[in-house]
Amino acid sequence: MPSTTISSYDEMLDAEGNVRPAYAGYREWYEAQSPKWLEKQGKNAEDVFRRTGITFNVYGEDAGQERLIPFDMIPRIITADEWKKLSRGIDQRVRALNAFLHDLYHKREIVKAGKLPERLLAQNEAFLPEMVGFTPPGGVYTHIVGIDLVRTGPDDFMVLEDNARTPSGVSYMLENRETMMAMFPDLFTKVAVQPVSEYPRALARSLATCAPPAAQGSDRPVLAVLTPGIYNSAYYEHAFLADQMGAELVEAGDLRVVDGRVCMRTTRGWRAIDVLYRRVDDNFLDPLTYNPDSMLGVAGIMDVYRSGGITIANAPGTGIADDKAIYSFMPEIVEFYTGEKPILKNVPTWRCSEADALAYVLDHLPELVVKEVHGSGGYGMLIGPTSSKGEIAAFEKKLRANPDNYIAQPTLSLSTVPIFTKAGLAPRHVDLRPFVLVSPHGINITPGGLTRVALKKGSLVVNSSQGGGTKDSWVLAE
Amino acid sequence: MLGRSAWGIFWMARYLERAENTARLLDAGFRMALTRGNTVASDEWRSVLVTLGMDEFYTGDMSGPAITNWLLRGAGNSGSVLSMMEAARTNARMVRTAITREVWEVTNESWMQLQSLLAKPVKEADLGHVLDVIRRQATSVRGAMEGTMLRNDIFNFARIGTHLERADNTARILDVKYHVLLPSAAWVGSRLDNAQWEMVLRSVAGERAFRWLHAGALDPKGIAQFLILDGRFPRSLAYCLRKLTSNMEWLCRDYHQETAAYRMQKEACDKLSKTTITDIFEHGLHEFITEFLATNRLVADAIAADYRFTE
Repeated sequence: MPSTTISSYDEMLDAEGNVRPAYAGYREWYEAQSPKWLEKQGKNAEDVFRRTGITFNVYGEDAGQERLIPFDMIPRIITADEWKKLSRGIDQRVRALNAFLHDLYHKREIVKAGKLPERLLAQNEAFLPEMVGFTPPGGVYTHIVGIDLVRTGPDDFMVLEDNARTPSGVSYMLENRETMMAMFPDLFTKVAVQPVSEYPRALARSLATCAPPAAQGSDRPVLAVLTPGIYNSAYYEHAFLADQMGAELVEAGDLRVVDGRVCMRTTRGWRAIDVLYRRVDDNFLDPLTYNPDSMLGVAGIMDVYRSGGITIANAPGTGIADDKAIYSFMPEIVEFYTGEKPILKNVPTWRCSEADALAYVLDHLPELVVKEVHGSGGYGMLIGPTSSKGEIAAFEKKLRANPDNYIAQPTLSLSTVPIFTKAGLAPRHVDLRPFVLVSPHGINITPGGLTRVALKKGSLVVNSSQGGGTKDSWVLAE
Repeated sequence: MLGRSAWGIFWMARYLERAENTARLLDAGFRMALTRGNTVASDEWRSVLVTLGMDEFYTGDMSGPAITNWLLRGAGNSGSVLSMMEAARTNARMVRTAITREVWEVTNESWMQLQSLLAKPVKEADLGHVLDVIRRQATSVRGAMEGTMLRNDIFNFARIGTHLERADNTARILDVKYHVLLPSAAWVGSRLDNAQWEMVLRSVAGERAFRWLHAGALDPKGIAQFLILDGRFPRSLAYCLRKLTSNMEWLCRDYHQETAAYRMQKEACDKLSKTTITDIFEHGLHEFITEFLATNRLVADAIAADYRFTE
């Protein structure tokens, strides 16, 4: 990909080339290391990842083909003050998301107030009629949220995407830290970094507080993680989380509705599950309600859910909140439910379903990023500035044929963070996905997150499915 | 634990054991070929296939290298060492939350190492090294299981898989010796006969133990007795049955439920302990082994049903 001409905010160095405060301690340590040794450590890290099996499967390649996500050993560093502000913004946004979901499936005040067009919901596949009038246990819709952030300046963090259905990547956040601590123990004695290792326990606690009515009175609700199986791209993460939480890792074939409860087949017989952290999409969750061909779900689970026999996390139907068409309304949504001005900005977004916006987008395609409303993982998108005339013309046809399916955004000058190369440190574009847990008692944000990094010079694509890598993300202690 | 996890760990252990036994058999065949030359040794090579139940693959004029490569890495051979190590690793991935990190890592590493070792056909000159690596890896996985796993039902399901598979393998090796290798009864006690018995012992890593116990003598009856009835030898039928019985008994106690599989197993174990080698030879070794394998299979099926491995 050719390099972008936009000048970006460098998170380590200021315009004069001085090291910013966030990186001061790290740089001092880094300068004292031998580059050869660092390079060797980088290779060792890769071996550790491979041996541990921290891999993901790539769809479209041979079945069972597993790949490593490239790991870069230079941490992305955020100061305690920056994090405080970010946390407030995330907290506010996640509160709004949950209130919004509750409203959508109940009174729809936001539509009545004229802040959100009805048709966005009516045509939306992510909206599930089965959830109308039903409140999930604990009143929580999206128990686990990943908010994708990009930075464009010293004080400018913007939300690129809300992942309210099944955000993944948290295992990389945890393993990246483990790897860094194993490789550079002395570094952590020099620079005080807030720990992330509490996450799995916090997740287990958070889920347990949302136990269904059927489990009331039991002091330890039975928790299970539902995975599509070993060939799923995020299988490693599913196994990792189940392991860390001490929960069972179940597949569809292990589950059945018995006496009004969802049960797993154990060597001692059927055992009821109270809270199911599911990593399969809504559409596959219940062949009786949704996709009848689904082999990944449990027949009848929606009936059990609605009768209070199980908690499903995240709740079915939460996907409507991270729809890209809804995204463009997030500033209004945040204000409507919290009564406050949004702390985190949205990226300006043109909804191609609107005639004026479509006309603008068609005129400016070479400058814009165009995305499918329901797309994810960097698929089905156009990055105007780095696309050929032919690619733009082809995309224009798709856009004209089905404008409702697209949104467009300006090409952002994403901040850069250094990566380790044989020639020394070199800046590359990054984003950040912090992980948020929601329980009836409040919102818990792990200090850090997953930093994804484009490995090619100038590239803005950080998705692992498109060859991006990851880094450890540090939030400095106060 | 999940029935599927029990099933996964049981098969993980079986595949590991079977991969190791295949390597051991190949090693024995290799030794024979070295001492007798490839053409003359074709019967021995063929016997390796027969033992593994793959004789339909044999085309008549197959060389040692063709057979070894088929058994190590043959494309489409689900019984090759590589396929079985992959199956073991896939099962380990499936039950990752039930095994320790060390067991997973050493299994994963073994598979990675074999994948690169067996990426290309193995040359005769490298065969010894490859077989060595396979045996050592099997030992490492066993060591990690032994040293790091909690002694609970998960561990017992793994041990049951190991000992069922091992008993099965030892029995098959004995059977083949008696019914395939010897051209006619007149050869019994000949030099060829003795060399083949040595191969049998080698393939179960029992040659030193046997020599030690029998002061260097090699007699068929003694070897059969050693492999069937000597409870001190970890690959003998008696040892495997005793271990199986105690693992299954542990499960019954822990689950507060005596199962049909356990009763069947206990009966088979008691019966074997009262059997002498003379009884077996009078009854017929082949008949004895056929019955033994059948019981083994029934026990395996009963375990799968008792503990809800599948639906």
